[in-house]
Amino acid sequence: MKCRRCRGPAVIEVRRHNAGFCSDCFLHHCHEQVRRTIDDFSMTGAGERVLVAVSGGKDSLALWDILLDLGHDVDGLYLGLGIGEYSDQSGDYARAFAARRGAKLVEVDLPADYGFDIPAGSAAAHRVPCSACGLSKRHLFNRAALDGGYDVVATGHNLDDEAAVLFGNVLRWSTDYLGRQLPVLPEREGFVRKVKPLVRLAERETAAYCVLAGIDYIVEECPMAAGNRHLGYKHALDSIEEQSPGTKAAFYFGFLDRASALFTPQAAVEQDGLRACVSCGAPTTAEVCAFCKLLERART
Amino acid sequence: MKVLLRNPRREVEVPGPIGVDTLLRQLEMNRESVLVIRGDTLVTGDAVLDDHDDVEIRPVISGGCC
Repeated sequence: MKCRRCRGPAVIEVRRHNAGFCSDCFLHHCHEQVRRTIDDFSMTGAGERVLVAVSGGKDSLALWDILLDLGHDVDGLYLGLGIGEYSDQSGDYARAFAARRGAKLVEVDLPADYGFDIPAGSAAAHRVPCSACGLSKRHLFNRAALDGGYDVVATGHNLDDEAAVLFGNVLRWSTDYLGRQLPVLPEREGFVRKVKPLVRLAERETAAYCVLAGIDYIVEECPMAAGNRHLGYKHALDSIEEQSPGTKAAFYFGFLDRASALFTPQAAVEQDGLRACVSCGAPTTAEVCAFCKLLERART
Repeated sequence: MKVLLRNPRREVEVPGPIGVDTLLRQLEMNRESVLVIRGDTLVTGDAVLDDHDDVEIRPVISGGCC
């Protein structure tokens, strides 16, 4: 197979583009996909400070690397979740990357800073671990960005992540979530802007990017995520994609182009009811925000 | 050749030469869900792997849902 761009020997095939790429041209392809996504969705402006949420996995490290290469003013944020050896190794990969690129890594540690970890906290709150984890991440990423004076939080959600979440939301017709499933969530009182610059790259591409760019990342899966519904959706979509390349991209971008606006009013109504959490001041629809409720249960 | 698999980490012995796509079919793996790494670089589905190659089949699906 030949590289579509330079006609040299290809090292990776991207079937939905019906193309092969050599190493250099593939890295260029990834940079261009991210640059185009940032421009098309107006994700960041000149002079804005970006905080990229880094897990030590392929997506977030690829994103950080690409944003640095594209010249953005970007620091990393690592959130220690207290998931045993997995968290220890994840943190090591994030720190090693930061050191290699000479980039700044902000660290928040759930056990040390908030007195609970995800396994214990999710059990105490009677939540599944991924739910407690997601809730904590959303709250603490926003908190860290506000405290650090950042304009934007960037996360490493890729095309597969977004297609799988969309698939789950459509299967259940979760109209409130569908209204918020956008590559950019604008800033508003108490919230920084949240962006997903990798939505044009499949996770096979972000993994390939890391291999070809020489970025070490944690390959092992989070032990708390094994068997979760989200993984099942990804496997289902991969089976379809294998038979019909491009289906995931058509599903997700078709939703953005033709359907997402239909669900926005529902999401807007819910946001109108936001007020400050009496405990931490974060915007919430309840008296106490979900993170503070989790914190209270996890500590008792 | 020895082929390294992940999640869980293990090795399987596969006789070469063998095409990458054939190897993935033999191991019942979806090519959309993995990368095939020979040495320190990737190989495409039409590449042929030899007995002396150092091969890893790396899954790309991550379970993070948020």
